[in-house]
Amino acid sequence: MTKLSAAQLAAENNALVADEAKATLGFWIYLMTDCVLFASLFAVYAVLHKNTVGGPGGPELFSLPYVLVETFVLLTSSFTSGLAMLAAHRGDRDKTINWFAFTGLLGVIFLAMELSEFATLVHDGHSWTQSGFLSSYFTLVGTHGLHIAVGLLWLTLLVAQIARKGFTHSTMKRLTLFSTFWHFLDLIWIFIFTVVYLSSGVNL
Amino acid sequence: MGLLSSAGLLGKLNLQAIPHDPITLGGALSVVGAGGLILLYLLYTKKLGWLYRNWLTTLDHKKIGVMYIIIALAMLTRGMADVMLLRTQQATSVGSSHGILDANHFQQIFSAHGTIMIFFVAMGLMFGLINLILPLHIGARDVAFPFLNSVSFWLFAVGMILINVSLVIGEFSAAGWLSYPPLSELRLSPGVGVDYWLWSLQIAGLGSLLSGVNFLTTILKMRAPGMTLMRMPMFVWSVMGSMMLIVAAFPILTVTLLLLSLDRTVGMHFFTADMGGNPMMYVNLIWSWGHPEVYILILPAFGVFSEVVSTFSRKRLFGYTSMVVAIMAITVLSFVVWLHHFFTMGAGANVNSFFGIMTMVIAIPTGVKLFNWIFTMYRGRIHFTTPMLWFMGFVVLFTIGGMAGVLLAVPPIDFQLHNSLFLVAHFHMMIIGGVVFGYFSGLTYWFPKIFGFKLNERLGAYAFWCWAVGFVLAFTPLYILGLMGATRRLDHYDASLGWRPLFVVAGVGALTVIAGIGFQILQFIVSIIQRKQNLDTTGDPWDGRTLEWSTPSPVPVYNFAVTPVVTSRDAFWESKKLPKLAPIYEDIELPKNSPLGIYIGGFSFIFGFGVIWHIWSIVPVGLLGVIGCIIIRSMDDHTEYVLTAAEVEQMEYRNHKLRGKTV
Repeated sequence: MTKLSAAQLAAENNALVADEAKATLGFWIYLMTDCVLFASLFAVYAVLHKNTVGGPGGPELFSLPYVLVETFVLLTSSFTSGLAMLAAHRGDRDKTINWFAFTGLLGVIFLAMELSEFATLVHDGHSWTQSGFLSSYFTLVGTHGLHIAVGLLWLTLLVAQIARKGFTHSTMKRLTLFSTFWHFLDLIWIFIFTVVYLSSGVNL
Repeated sequence: MGLLSSAGLLGKLNLQAIPHDPITLGGALSVVGAGGLILLYLLYTKKLGWLYRNWLTTLDHKKIGVMYIIIALAMLTRGMADVMLLRTQQATSVGSSHGILDANHFQQIFSAHGTIMIFFVAMGLMFGLINLILPLHIGARDVAFPFLNSVSFWLFAVGMILINVSLVIGEFSAAGWLSYPPLSELRLSPGVGVDYWLWSLQIAGLGSLLSGVNFLTTILKMRAPGMTLMRMPMFVWSVMGSMMLIVAAFPILTVTLLLLSLDRTVGMHFFTADMGGNPMMYVNLIWSWGHPEVYILILPAFGVFSEVVSTFSRKRLFGYTSMVVAIMAITVLSFVVWLHHFFTMGAGANVNSFFGIMTMVIAIPTGVKLFNWIFTMYRGRIHFTTPMLWFMGFVVLFTIGGMAGVLLAVPPIDFQLHNSLFLVAHFHMMIIGGVVFGYFSGLTYWFPKIFGFKLNERLGAYAFWCWAVGFVLAFTPLYILGLMGATRRLDHYDASLGWRPLFVVAGVGALTVIAGIGFQILQFIVSIIQRKQNLDTTGDPWDGRTLEWSTPSPVPVYNFAVTPVVTSRDAFWESKKLPKLAPIYEDIELPKNSPLGIYIGGFSFIFGFGVIWHIWSIVPVGLLGVIGCIIIRSMDDHTEYVLTAAEVEQMEYRNHKLRGKTV
């Protein structure tokens, strides 16, 4: 490697900081677009949730204790991803990978629980073709699940990158973006839990 | 499930999909023929590799901009060919004569016309110009995410390709440019037409969404030192408004298209008329994207006009602050007017009054802008160049169209005029008179910056007058016909109505516009042949005011050899008064070309085509291909190359020598 002068190092550093600032802002703007996407799906659910055309509605189909467990699994995964980020900022590679592995495991459990809920519904004859309500339910919750799946794929790649390259500017930048994404999905889930599941217990 | 077992290896695709009737066959042959001829030419001149290396894989925002504009202009000719078929049909299909098209074909053509003109002409011209000029305007060397920019372009290109493939394989949607359900649902439109519409727009729309994120970040993070928000050129402000709208509105389009696809593909019930679906929800959703979309298109055109009018009046833009406030007001208000597209839905008097009043309110900031432009001209030294002609045409025509809009905003009047040709005349007046004139003005204005020579002024003026006159001839009759009760999308009418002469006049108008396009093509050819006479040796052919004119024409790959420092509005104009300092060059990092953008486009095409035709075997190929490309890109840590200070100096020296100047 060629030696860089102090001025060149400073310029290099400025460029990296500017690069990170761009990525962070761009990612937040992307998250806002995702927010609008979910807002539209929530609006659609709000319009259609009573259109059960004689079939079962939320109160008959959803099991709140089951979804509560699901919720805690996801919330815990958000917490462990926070712990992983703390470890990453300390430069502790092993702890980071361990906590992220734990995060991923919880994500997989969450996804499996969601898919099994879907499978039960379809098996009992309540698929998305039954009513407008079920169409919007499957699409809203499924879109969140799809995001979780994408997040898990991303996490796997990131962990592989840290294992190979360690903490570079680019891996640290990506870790920050990933953890933002993961917290964001948590937030969306809180809304799903409230709007879809909790309010099915209340007669709105 | 059911559809997996019923579909064969090729899904719904079979030989029936190839067109049989002469007009469609002619269209299909011209698409295939044009594509084939271009390919043959490239093979013959051995330019294919050059094209791939220098253009298709480029991450340079200027080249990407040029490619957007080429596609948009090609699609403009396709859209105009559709117009001629529609105009011929409406002028001939009277009484006992039934014209040249059957009803279904007529419907496909007007659906294709609207879709192509909005998504692939207007959006293409807009993103083209933004790509060309925005980084130059803010003193940046590229956009925030150059690779993402290439992906956006290729998604746009794939959307365009899919819509043209529908001409050759299968059919296009016959459900109008916004495909209202329940007509667009599987029961009433069982063919692949609506699926072509859905996936062409879905893929192109994702590209636009990513561009929105990209340019918004570029504006917020990459301005030259000293360029505060209130020192930005007006074009940058208008693009910022437009990109904010894209970021907030395009996800709604993504969702709406997705839900309709789910209805059609896996039997969901979002918009079906039965089983708990709600068709009016679709109309609400599509217009809560669709109305902001109108402003997404027009705002950057407003920005172009602001630049053009101050340059050619040799004056600062009048009322800069009020212009900024007006742009931001339009940005916000454009989200609270969508219901005026369907006052007749029956939402009730209170709801209709709210949206009617909001629609009238949005005319106020637009009026502020018009007066600002007129006051900019007042006591200026006006130069009647072609960009200025487009601007002046716009002022007159856009105002007339806007008045018609305010008229339509009154709900009781709208009940009379809803879905009539009056409406058609109104929105064409806004989109041609505003958006298209704006981008043509910008194209002529910035052409020398990108290519190094000016366009022929005389032919440009001919083109403008053909467009302006043809446009008035084509749409004034439609206002009258609309008031007489002619509905839009009419493929046949009774002779006793006496509408025919007006339809014939409209047809003559369309022909005149086509003559205008002819002059534009001629203008390009003549200007390229005579480029030696019109060479821009100074980099500043119009005596410009903004930073892009401080660079040599054509702009070098790094845009600015030395990052400019901005101390005021109209930064370049002010710097002309100051003595020039000797430049100190430094190393410049630039993005390397990448083929992954075009690969991502290719895989999305496979994905889209597979979903449209239910060829489920290739759908995962497309999807995994896209994911694979993204992963490969994310592993590449060496995406940039360095131009050393010495190389930059050499290139700058050569530029100066070309321009006959001493350094």
